[in-house]
Amino acid sequence: MGPRKEAIGDRHLTKVVSVRDVWKSYGKVDVVRGVSFDVEEGTTTVIFGPSGAGKSTLLRCINMLHPPDRGTVFLRDIDLMRTGNKMNYYRSKFGMVFQHFNLFSHMTVLDNVMTGPKIVKKIPHDQAKAIALQALAKVRMKDWCNHYPSQLSGGQKQRAGIARALAMDPEVILFDEPTSALDPELIGEVLQTMLDLAKEKKTMICVTHEMGFAKAVASEMIFIDEGAVVETGSPEHFFTSPKSERTKRFLNRLTELYGRHENRQKEGSC
Amino acid sequence: MAILRVYGGRAGQLFVSAYERVLRSIPPLVLIFLFYFGIRTTVLEIPGFFAVALALGLCSSGYQSQIFRGALESVGSGQMDAARSLGMSRLEAIRSVIAPQALRFALPSWANELATMIKDTSLAFVVGVAELMRRTDYVRAATFDPVVPFLLVAGIYFAIVFPITRIAGTWGQERKRLVTGT
Repeated sequence: MGPRKEAIGDRHLTKVVSVRDVWKSYGKVDVVRGVSFDVEEGTTTVIFGPSGAGKSTLLRCINMLHPPDRGTVFLRDIDLMRTGNKMNYYRSKFGMVFQHFNLFSHMTVLDNVMTGPKIVKKIPHDQAKAIALQALAKVRMKDWCNHYPSQLSGGQKQRAGIARALAMDPEVILFDEPTSALDPELIGEVLQTMLDLAKEKKTMICVTHEMGFAKAVASEMIFIDEGAVVETGSPEHFFTSPKSERTKRFLNRLTELYGRHENRQKEGSC
Repeated sequence: MAILRVYGGRAGQLFVSAYERVLRSIPPLVLIFLFYFGIRTTVLEIPGFFAVALALGLCSSGYQSQIFRGALESVGSGQMDAARSLGMSRLEAIRSVIAPQALRFALPSWANELATMIKDTSLAFVVGVAELMRRTDYVRAATFDPVVPFLLVAGIYFAIVFPITRIAGTWGQERKRLVTGT
């Protein structure tokens, strides 16, 4: 792959993740069809597109949760398809936050966050606890550390999910529609947490339809439909002059939806 | 067995499902006869108690495997995804995330199966292993009283089985409530 540093202007950017021509099919359906893109260190990449476009599958290919059928993903210099039995180790370099939280329901919030460091990194109990508490403090969930997931609101669950990912000190965090399963009034707290992380220059790849979030922190946006990249660009590019008709239509739909949504909230308040 | 069935790939699944199907289709009494007379006369002179225990154990394993399979499947693939995303191997994920939850789901039905098996031990009577039933029958023969000894033995079985199902039932319900939030 050659040296993985490129000079752009006078800034030196380091590629953390390079997705190269990734293909994935389930049965006879090609879900992801030849996707390639790079993620620079300390940036946020937003992936969006209609449901069933293969966004979640793509994320699962990136951390080798479901390794791609063809193509590969690089984590810095490492070809993840050639890591063999160290694949689990490299997977731990990716944090993942799920649409439906997937917190371990038989564990308290603290145990949820401690489990990764303890079992995967073999960190001793006390030290793992300290790491977990620090991660929970960052998402403002420290007070809830002895609760079980079933006792939390969706927003709290998702913040605990983010803490669980953070506790592994990952190189990249993958967000799979982190706010799609939340009540509208709970979305804010999760987005705020994600904004904080973006400001701290954590490298993030977010599948989300929160265009406000994308506008605020995304350095690159990728529109995906039918398993392939339709259009790539900055938020400005997408919100002022999207090229493809498909992108325009989709963005209009989103605006329409959010417009209606705001009206409904206003009606509700009087 | 159940882990093999759910996570064991195609061959593992076929093997276990055949195993379950065969064992669940054979009455325990037939298995007992097969082991007691079959093995003891042809292969190895094992104690009668051992033959019966083996037969009942095998018979029950077919059901237990099914119980645990159901429990494992009820845990949901998201839990596996989350555990693996932290870098756990499949085995680590099963041990620390999937199995503890599955056991909680399985406990009530597993206790039922245990109760059934305890009651099935009375079948050992027919091949002459001196278990509870056989001894009671000695008492009946000695006292010529068919009612009291068997009522007593019914009471003993009840006293053994009832606490098991009761404790497992309430404990399972409590844990389940905490886990699912209902």
